[in-house]
Amino acid sequence: MSFEKFFNTAVSAWMSQEGPDSDIVLSSRIRLARNIVDFRFPTLFSSEEAMQIVALFERTFAYRSYGGAGRFELLKMSELQPIEKRVLVEKHLISPHLAEDSPFGACLLSENEEISIMINEEDHIRIQCLFPGLQLAEALEAASELDDWIEGHVNYAFDERLGYLTSCPTNVGTGLRASVMMHLPALVLTQQINRIIPAINQLGLVVRGTYGEGSEALGNIFQISNQLTLGKSEEDIIADLHTIVQQLIAQERAARQALVKTLGIQLEDKVFRSYGILANCRVIESKEAAQCLSDVRLGIDLGYIKNVSRNILNELMILTQPGFLQQYAGGALRPEERDVRRAALIRERLKMEERRKMEGDER
Amino acid sequence: MICQECKQRPATMHFTKIVNGEKTEFHLCEQCSKEHGHMFMLYGNDDFSLNNLLAGLLNFQAPMKEMTANAFPNPDLLQCETCKMTYHQFTQIGRFGCADCYRTFARYLPPILKRLHSGNNAHSGKIPKRKGGVLHLRKQLAVLKQKLQELVAREEFERAAEVRDQIRSLEDELRQRGEGDM
Repeated sequence: MSFEKFFNTAVSAWMSQEGPDSDIVLSSRIRLARNIVDFRFPTLFSSEEAMQIVALFERTFAYRSYGGAGRFELLKMSELQPIEKRVLVEKHLISPHLAEDSPFGACLLSENEEISIMINEEDHIRIQCLFPGLQLAEALEAASELDDWIEGHVNYAFDERLGYLTSCPTNVGTGLRASVMMHLPALVLTQQINRIIPAINQLGLVVRGTYGEGSEALGNIFQISNQLTLGKSEEDIIADLHTIVQQLIAQERAARQALVKTLGIQLEDKVFRSYGILANCRVIESKEAAQCLSDVRLGIDLGYIKNVSRNILNELMILTQPGFLQQYAGGALRPEERDVRRAALIRERLKMEERRKMEGDER
Repeated sequence: MICQECKQRPATMHFTKIVNGEKTEFHLCEQCSKEHGHMFMLYGNDDFSLNNLLAGLLNFQAPMKEMTANAFPNPDLLQCETCKMTYHQFTQIGRFGCADCYRTFARYLPPILKRLHSGNNAHSGKIPKRKGGVLHLRKQLAVLKQKLQELVAREEFERAAEVRDQIRSLEDELRQRGEGDM
């Protein structure tokens, strides 16, 4: 497969499209946890129950098309190769839990990869909508409509006082987790982030790295999400998160301006050195790649680098993960081989950028 | 970079541990990190930490349980009839076995939910349309009853009578739909 073709099929819409405030907010995600009456929760359901649930969703929703999102495809975890599952995790379309620990797990994935419905994860279903940029309200609306559509076919476990019943008491009520992925290099560089994170935690929101709790924020990308699911309406939960995110955006922008003023040429130097590394490296570890990508992206946002598209950070952060590298290579890779592949992929992607630029100039 | 443990293979796992604000970095190869039990961090498996924390939170209730032991039977022995999960199991796993567990363990849930959700223990968000019919009627009913009281207090008896009729017809409708299915 040619690089361009691999690349174009590997990238989902949220990675390559721009959304509101997408200089700082990479994506907005809504997740709704739901369970179906008359089945025990995945905590201890039988394999028959699990298979019935998958069959129910396959019969009712698979291969049907839904609005602008396209047709739903049903992916059964038991039928996927480990590398394929890993790629889905790296694209944030399914959770590690579904890929690794859910023998009867499945996923209904829309053609444009905006919607994924995980089946038999911690709850019977988890509806997920992923939008580029800061679009929490839009993503909630989409998720809620989908929720209504599904509810037309199945009976949800719902309690008048407690709301939607979930297997874990931390999700009961709305079953809603809203999260926003943000690129905050200036707040990291100025070390303001160390003061901001505890403050956000006190407001009932959680800040974590890209691939979940405990992971360091690779490439200065942070995920901010709500913790409470009970007692507030969906709209209020989103509004609270939105307010905090907007404040973070304002602080990040201010910090960027301050950096440009105080560091000036040094900041520009840092950006172009990182660009140099990415454009010329032959072996690169994921941590270094993430840091350089973050610098380059900052350089693009600040106008230092002009010929490279902004989405390079979103795309390459995901495409240089082990699963993708192995899919591109067409087989398993040893860690040191991955570092070589990663370097090659990044160089190739930057060349693609130059080619596009040249073609643009000719026209 | 070479693995700091075996000093032979290249380091591919990079961790930062923060304990009481003190930051320690680890650079290990895959084998050594497996031996050190760091592998669970590969996927940043958040279930691990969350469930441990949750189980801790649920077990924290132990002293309270003893205090109430005389009034109620030992909650550990409570068992959900539908899925057979015991309260003890629930506190160990941190997850319910089925929707009916919420009813079975109802007596012990409010403090847990309050702790998890900043003092909240009642849902105020979306209602499924299917159940919505009856629920919406009930909410409407509550609003009307409130209005009736206000009108009576202000001695607007004519309008109060209208509201009273509305309440009656709503109550009739609710009876017809059968409150039993809630």
